[in-house]
Amino acid sequence: MDEIFGAPGQLLASTIRNATPLVFAALGGMFSERSGVVNIGLEGLMLISAFAGVVGAFLSGSAVVALAFALAAGLVFALIHALMCVTFEADQIISGTAINLLALGGTGFLMVSVFGAGGTSPRVEGFGEVPIPLLSSIPVVGPALFSQSVLVYLMYVMVPATFFVLFRTPFGLRLRATGESPEAVDTAGISVGRMRYYGVALSGLLASLGGIYLSMGILSAFTENMTNGRGFIALAALIFGRWNPIGAAGAALLFGFALAVTFSAPQEAIPNEFLQMIPYVLTIVALAAFGGRAIAPAAIGKPYRKE
Amino acid sequence: MTEERTRGGTAGVEAPVVLEMRGVTKAFGPVKANDGVSITLGRGEILGLLGENGAGKSTLMKILYGLYSPDEGEVFVDGERAEIRDPKDAVSRGIGMVHQHFTLIPALTVAENIVLGAEPRKGATLDLAKAIKDTEELSERYGLRVDPRTRVADLSVGAQQRVEILKALYRKARILVLDEPTAVLTPQETEDLFSVLKELVADGLSIILITHKLGELLGISNRITIIRDGKVVETVEASGTDEGALARLMVGREVLLRVEKTEAKVGGPRLSAEGLVVLSGAGAKAVDGIGLEVRGGEILGIAGVDGNGQTELAEALAGTRPAESGLVRLDGEDVTRVGANGRQGRGLAYVPEDRGAKGLVQDFSLSENNALKTYDEAPFSKWGWIFPKAMRRRAAEALRAYDVRPPDPDARAGSLSGGNQQKAVLARELSGDPGVIIAAQPTRGVDVGAIEFIHRQLLEQRARGKAILLISLELEEVRSLSDRVAVIYDGRIVGEVGPDATDEELGLLMAGRTGGEKDA
Repeated sequence: MDEIFGAPGQLLASTIRNATPLVFAALGGMFSERSGVVNIGLEGLMLISAFAGVVGAFLSGSAVVALAFALAAGLVFALIHALMCVTFEADQIISGTAINLLALGGTGFLMVSVFGAGGTSPRVEGFGEVPIPLLSSIPVVGPALFSQSVLVYLMYVMVPATFFVLFRTPFGLRLRATGESPEAVDTAGISVGRMRYYGVALSGLLASLGGIYLSMGILSAFTENMTNGRGFIALAALIFGRWNPIGAAGAALLFGFALAVTFSAPQEAIPNEFLQMIPYVLTIVALAAFGGRAIAPAAIGKPYRKE
Repeated sequence: MTEERTRGGTAGVEAPVVLEMRGVTKAFGPVKANDGVSITLGRGEILGLLGENGAGKSTLMKILYGLYSPDEGEVFVDGERAEIRDPKDAVSRGIGMVHQHFTLIPALTVAENIVLGAEPRKGATLDLAKAIKDTEELSERYGLRVDPRTRVADLSVGAQQRVEILKALYRKARILVLDEPTAVLTPQETEDLFSVLKELVADGLSIILITHKLGELLGISNRITIIRDGKVVETVEASGTDEGALARLMVGREVLLRVEKTEAKVGGPRLSAEGLVVLSGAGAKAVDGIGLEVRGGEILGIAGVDGNGQTELAEALAGTRPAESGLVRLDGEDVTRVGANGRQGRGLAYVPEDRGAKGLVQDFSLSENNALKTYDEAPFSKWGWIFPKAMRRRAAEALRAYDVRPPDPDARAGSLSGGNQQKAVLARELSGDPGVIIAAQPTRGVDVGAIEFIHRQLLEQRARGKAILLISLELEEVRSLSDRVAVIYDGRIVGEVGPDATDEELGLLMAGRTGGEKDA
């Protein structure tokens, strides 16, 4: 095993790194879908934020500015999705697809106008690894779990935090109720539209954390289409995890592991193309096995119109 | 007040007025759903709001609750003008509403449903413990039994209704509106509900009870306001009227409340089921071993509370839903593996319960709908071509025979009223001279005039020796039409009684309590 995949600690560290953007995006998708808005635009939200973060870092040299850029980009694109789906009652799948295409084409175009060339951006200062004292010196798991970027630690915190928000606050109750039965929420005197805007906006913010981790946590540059389907894998993780933060994070870890295997396996042993299939095949298998039985929010995908 | 009473036979309020709606008008397109409607409600009073489907009762109450905004008219609460723009305004004025279609969220618990939108907080977090405690206190105080920790999806319909009432009480409602609350209840549950309502009224609440069932209003309400075609016809004291008078006011003409039934001339068995098991969409056993037999010249009624397997039973017999196990026989032939089309070819007619979705294609014309099951047979079709002219001619005949208005074969099915849509379904299903008829909820959401017509048609088919299975939630309907009544509960036939069985007898069966010798 060791010769093929490297030390177990390395594989675990790589799993965490690959899972982090998926966890962020899946948690984001959860807020959107729990409010009743399908968000297949996660892919585009991550991509635009990955790009915006690099531009921020490129212009300022500051990681904080980069983060602000990424969050703003994710939020703006999410609000476009909300505007189309909630205010204009457009088809949510089409709107999400539009977000994805807009992000893909937009970043490609802006690459040329900002950096003068497409492909890969210049290197920027990324989020370095910040080992946590003591914890990081635990053998094997220590370095893998606790010698990572601050964004990874933020991900650790975000999983229980989103669980708490969803199940232990009035906001969470209202959000869940909105995704289940907007009519009931409306008669309870709560604005369905506002709850959905909140849900989609949160999905944009969380997805943007996943995006910036891709470009500035794992790499230190932006590459065109660097999300490469991760938004859709996050969506699968969300469904696989039954729209629950803990479940979605667990599923994201599984997919992260599949990605880690893909990257660390030696290419002489197994054809590269075959390896690269693994996460996607796993996604399909997981959805086929559990997707049908997963219980989606009852009102998901349907625009709410008052009589 | 006494003056008001003498004017046009309008019964006035004696207690202080807590609610007045004055001159309310609301139009949807060219149709005036409410046309200058005025009602008053006294403290501690139960006001019955009576009218046919589509008379405008629900529209009026939706205006009161802020779900619709009126074109004209004013609302006064405690003598003060109230601007009610959304449900929030209504709630803040102490108005609570129990909707006909419950607005509960099945995936959430009882307590979560009750506090939604007015959650008790501990800091920034939701205080679930307090929500549960508050719910328990309220439910004890008014005898509305329900466990706050249960998921609403696991509750019976009666219990869900109690949750709806608790939801209104939790928001400190002093005026409670109930929209057709008894439509989904067994007679016993209805009695329980009414005793709760009496308790609420004794506690100072005021209640508006919307219904189209005449009998129950007499027992419980103080006054009854009758609405017809969007206008108030009259307001009467409940003590000074009877069912016949109310029916006349409601429909605007003399109505036959009891159908005339001839002696049954029962023939041989035509439709039968043995050990029938049918799964619901969710995979549960919705029909759990039902055996029944319908003979020519009789109507077998299936009574029961909604959701006890009626839908699945009808569909399995009609062939639109597969039977998991068991047998279905049509005129002695095993048709269990025969599809809906094959069964129809063997003389089975099926009036599905959801005419909007399953009986008609809303966007098709009436002539297309009329040929929906026989479009591929002569005279509608030959060598793979269809002949619209023949379809239109046949449709015009059928529509006239079944009094569909308008009798225009080119009219879009969706443009017709519920009653006329149902008559159009009947026209298609019965004009082929079938031997066996399955009628599921044939009069749901249909006006009194159309109900009369549909009942007459069914009885005429019976007199012609057809075997009819009637599945209905309306106990009165089952009782007045059927020769035998089988009660369905939890996917089983729990008993069979004669049409003259008492409410108590039927009610117990409908609640699943099989007693003594009636055990099936």
